[in-house]
Amino acid sequence: MAELDFDSYAVITQGLTRRFGPIVAVDHVDLRIKRGEIYGFLGPNGAGKSTTIRMLCGLLDPTEGSGYVLGHDIAAEPERIKERIGYMSQRFSLYEDLTIRENLDFYASLYSVPDGIKRARIEQMVQMADLAGREGTLAAHLSGGWKQRLALGCSIIHKPELLFLDEPTAGVDPVSRRNFWDLIYRLSEEGITIVATTHYMDEAEHCDSLGFIYQGRITAQGGREEIKANALKGQVIEIECQPMREATIFLETLPGIAEVVRFGNTIHAVTEDRNLLPTDVEALLNGEGLKVNRVEVTIPSIEDIFVSFVGLADRRSLRAQLKRMREGGI
Amino acid sequence: MRSRLLGIIRKEFIQMWRDRFTLGMMLFMPMMVLGIIGWAINTDVKHMVTAVFDQSRTPESRELLDAFTNSQYFNLDYHVNSYEEITRLIDGGDAKVGIILPPDYARSLKQQRVAEIQVIVDASDPLVATSAINAANAIGQVGSLKIASEMLQRSTGRVPPQTPLDVRVRAWYNPDLVSAIFIIPGLLSFILMQTTITIVAMVVVRERERGTLEALIVSPLRRWELMIGKIVPNIVIGYAQMTFALLFGVWVFDIPIRGSLSLLYFLSLFFIMGTLGLGILLSTIARTQQQAMQMAYFIFVPSVYLSGVLFPIEGMPTLAKTIAHVIPLTYYVEIVRGIMLKGIGLSYFWNHLLVLTAIGVVLISASILRFHKKLG
Repeated sequence: MAELDFDSYAVITQGLTRRFGPIVAVDHVDLRIKRGEIYGFLGPNGAGKSTTIRMLCGLLDPTEGSGYVLGHDIAAEPERIKERIGYMSQRFSLYEDLTIRENLDFYASLYSVPDGIKRARIEQMVQMADLAGREGTLAAHLSGGWKQRLALGCSIIHKPELLFLDEPTAGVDPVSRRNFWDLIYRLSEEGITIVATTHYMDEAEHCDSLGFIYQGRITAQGGREEIKANALKGQVIEIECQPMREATIFLETLPGIAEVVRFGNTIHAVTEDRNLLPTDVEALLNGEGLKVNRVEVTIPSIEDIFVSFVGLADRRSLRAQLKRMREGGI
Repeated sequence: MRSRLLGIIRKEFIQMWRDRFTLGMMLFMPMMVLGIIGWAINTDVKHMVTAVFDQSRTPESRELLDAFTNSQYFNLDYHVNSYEEITRLIDGGDAKVGIILPPDYARSLKQQRVAEIQVIVDASDPLVATSAINAANAIGQVGSLKIASEMLQRSTGRVPPQTPLDVRVRAWYNPDLVSAIFIIPGLLSFILMQTTITIVAMVVVRERERGTLEALIVSPLRRWELMIGKIVPNIVIGYAQMTFALLFGVWVFDIPIRGSLSLLYFLSLFFIMGTLGLGILLSTIARTQQQAMQMAYFIFVPSVYLSGVLFPIEGMPTLAKTIAHVIPLTYYVEIVRGIMLKGIGLSYFWNHLLVLTAIGVVLISASILRFHKKLG
């Protein structure tokens, strides 16, 4: 197996599959996560992100396929993996009835941080999480953002080589989300490989590489810029036109257009390939007697790209689901 | 390894200390039970309110009534003049016992005829009824013998030999036949079992519910380290409860401890390990704290009824006896009663020690094996 290059890749999976009864939660997933990068694992709720991460961490056994984390087989040597990784879930896994210092102290002992450096390490985490002066506060009394940073501190107190973050920003306010990603950058600069799942498409901008998962399958994977530049076969054409309803209905029936989405006053038409030009679209709309104000090619959003990998029939419901998540903050 | 085990033990102690409510419940539960048993419950009912309808009104009848009074079981509070009045007093709950002496009581005795005394007992409370019936029967028999020997003396002029039978029952270990002394060691053992099983099961299930178990599973912590880390602090807390209960029992209720305290503490270790093993086993099956509680009751109920805590095993049918002998509490109750009441030593308990150790080893191993370091 020549492709198992453990020096370059922190995570490699081949046909990784997990079934729960008749449900296939993760369906033949092949991941390639480079050492040192921030890898964003994107998908809506229930797409299979957490199940994949849990298999990589040794929390769940794969039903089929294989996986290697830091060179160790996830089925054969899960305990070796556990010593070298950090894991933070959206539930934060803090002991609410312990203080900040006690939580850090407990996780330090769990990962056998030597006594000699334990104090300094705890101090370092307190500084990082901006929790200085609150060491004696019970975790229960912390608000969401602080809990999140404390949970991060607990998961990296043993200086892992690889950090798994499973929906680390779920349910946290926007300011805390931004602060959190700042911390992640700093960890990345220290050389830690980071794998983060998220259903916030905008968080993809923080990642070096991206993997899209939908209904248990990987739909696209690669460097962020590469994906943005090449992943979309067509283009996104932004249209301002009156009346919008008629325009939308007309565009949806137009051959060569894969998807039509309304964003406020504008319509985004995603084309199937690059043969359909904005001028063509404008001419067609004018031909229908619609009043066209503006037609131009725009940069596709991560969401546009993500949706384009999904079967035509599922696009509308997926857009709706992503919109609910954005708005509901779930 | 040392760091992980010590870390989890330290964490458990801190969490126990923070959860004052549970800690308080655990330590004060035995006191509450001792208080109830010691102060409120008395199965030997004395001084029952009694109504008397003495139609004879003779020295003979008064002598018999004195015997009732002297027995201390009857307080002759009402002296009435009709049968209806007795009925009314008992129906109304004002009297528990009614005694009716016939008008010809003295005459019957003199003519060597049977004198019929009627004792009416309110049997709606079986404890009262048993007490009254036993006491009245005893008074009747003693009185009959006395009268018979007097008559014999009068008619023959000879002093009769002592009454033909002299049965003397000696109650060993509990000479006053105080029921509390029999019940208390058993109940304390039961409470120890109940609290240790519940608390350790809760502690593990709570980690599962709150998601912290996930963090433990994803860490290098070994299964046995987690189990031992949960068991050790709970052994300490079990001992604390035991000590509280013994001090309270000895100081407030004069519960005897005739045997070796250190032997009691030593043997208790094997019992507690078994109950903690059982608690952890429950926690590997239960998904929520509520489920764990409900499962625990399935263990508590047969334990309290079949282990000899409340009812003697000797009187049980074979099936119940068989079940009783796989219940750890059965062995422990015998140990506690043996040491506290009889003062017997280790040589009587080798069998108990062996069985409790076997149960503990099986339960703890089963819980370690059942606890997979996986979620699904």
